[in-house]
Amino acid sequence: MVTIIDYGVGNINAFVNVYSRLNIITKIAKVSSDLDDAEKLILPGVGAFDYAMTSLNNSGMRQKLEDLVLNSKVPILGVCVGMQMMGLKSEEGISEGLKWIDGENVKFDSEKIKFATKLPHMGWNDVEKSINNPLFQGLEIDSIFYFLHSYYFKCNNLNNIIAESEYGGYFTSAFQKENIFGIQFHPEKSHGYGEKILENFAKL
Amino acid sequence: MLRPRIIPSLLIQNGGLVKTVNFKNPRYIGDPINTVRIFNEKEVDELAIFDIEATVLNKEPNYKLIQNLAAQSRMPLCYGGGVKTTAQAQKIFGLGIEKIALSSIVLQNPTIITEIANKVGSQSVVVVLDVKKNFFANYEIASHNGKKLSGLNPEKFVQQLEEIGVGEIILNSIDQDGLMKGYDENLINKIKSKITIPLTVLGGAGSLDDMYKIIKTHGVIGVAAGSLFVFKGKYKAVLVNYPTREQKQNLF
Repeated sequence: MVTIIDYGVGNINAFVNVYSRLNIITKIAKVSSDLDDAEKLILPGVGAFDYAMTSLNNSGMRQKLEDLVLNSKVPILGVCVGMQMMGLKSEEGISEGLKWIDGENVKFDSEKIKFATKLPHMGWNDVEKSINNPLFQGLEIDSIFYFLHSYYFKCNNLNNIIAESEYGGYFTSAFQKENIFGIQFHPEKSHGYGEKILENFAKL
Repeated sequence: MLRPRIIPSLLIQNGGLVKTVNFKNPRYIGDPINTVRIFNEKEVDELAIFDIEATVLNKEPNYKLIQNLAAQSRMPLCYGGGVKTTAQAQKIFGLGIEKIALSSIVLQNPTIITEIANKVGSQSVVVVLDVKKNFFANYEIASHNGKKLSGLNPEKFVQQLEEIGVGEIILNSIDQDGLMKGYDENLINKIKSKITIPLTVLGGAGSLDDMYKIIKTHGVIGVAAGSLFVFKGKYKAVLVNYPTREQKQNLF
């Protein structure tokens, strides 16, 4: 079973639909007690960093979530802003992040982007160097995913990087620290490639 | 490498899919949910869906339909039509839409963009500009399905939109709509050179070659089409279609 955290931000239904096609049971958590039986967690997110942090803080689920992730080591997958929230902070806003992983979110440097179109980084891009990580099993070659963002996560510990993508230089498109996973792209909107990632995560 | 985006654009009227010519004579195409399912199978890059009667009839967006479309869609969705407030935009995001397209409201009140962007992030705020040549053969932005001219010059207005913090502009040519005779390249060239935010062009595509021309000139760009992806042949029989991955690769 995969528990999807519904704090009012992000496309909950899209995750539910992908898993229902895969015959994997999901549960939507809206209040703290919904998290009690969590085996796997997904922290979705779209939109502005501060708004997402405030929404999670006000959801009443944060304390329970921290206990599950940091003490019980329940696997969790942060998606897009959900990934970014796991870090220390973001240049996009003033809110503090969850501080589960050492790194922060910075804005892409437009000067380095070789296209006439600069930001946001929008569309289908390759996810590379994803070697030997269970999350990317079966996706080692020729996998493309949908991105929509202007800020990216910069890992302070390079060992946490499990995949990179290129946009004005390489940036971290996926990280892992023990049970904590983050992916910048949208697996719920990346056809078969995204479905495979979500399936891999459920089977960890 | 970031790829150009190839985007079917679907129009909704009274709960069904339609296709227009020069923004007029909507012809019924089929059921929107079914069409989204077909586009899932074809692994479409992104889908844009516009409700063409919400603003004209001053109606609320059809939330039930949007929710059903979002639930079916395995690709990113952009929704436009009748969105006037931040509350409406947030509600639509909650239903599982990645991007909100604003149009007529932005012409009256551009600051709404900042308000919505603060909640949902500017990358998800799209502005659709319906452009046509006016009596003096100058490009002008229109609204209400092309019936109301705004007096705004699109070249100037897009720069203002970029400054305010719009995430993407969809440039729609009313004069080319439904003709399937190619994009208005002159209009696209004028607008593309004025902005650094993503641009998606719509109106006139009749073949993949038309898209190839635009991609060749502009590189990373969104190329959208209505008729091309729902019609087949001289008599425009309804057939939902989309290029294969190999066909797409040849366009880049």
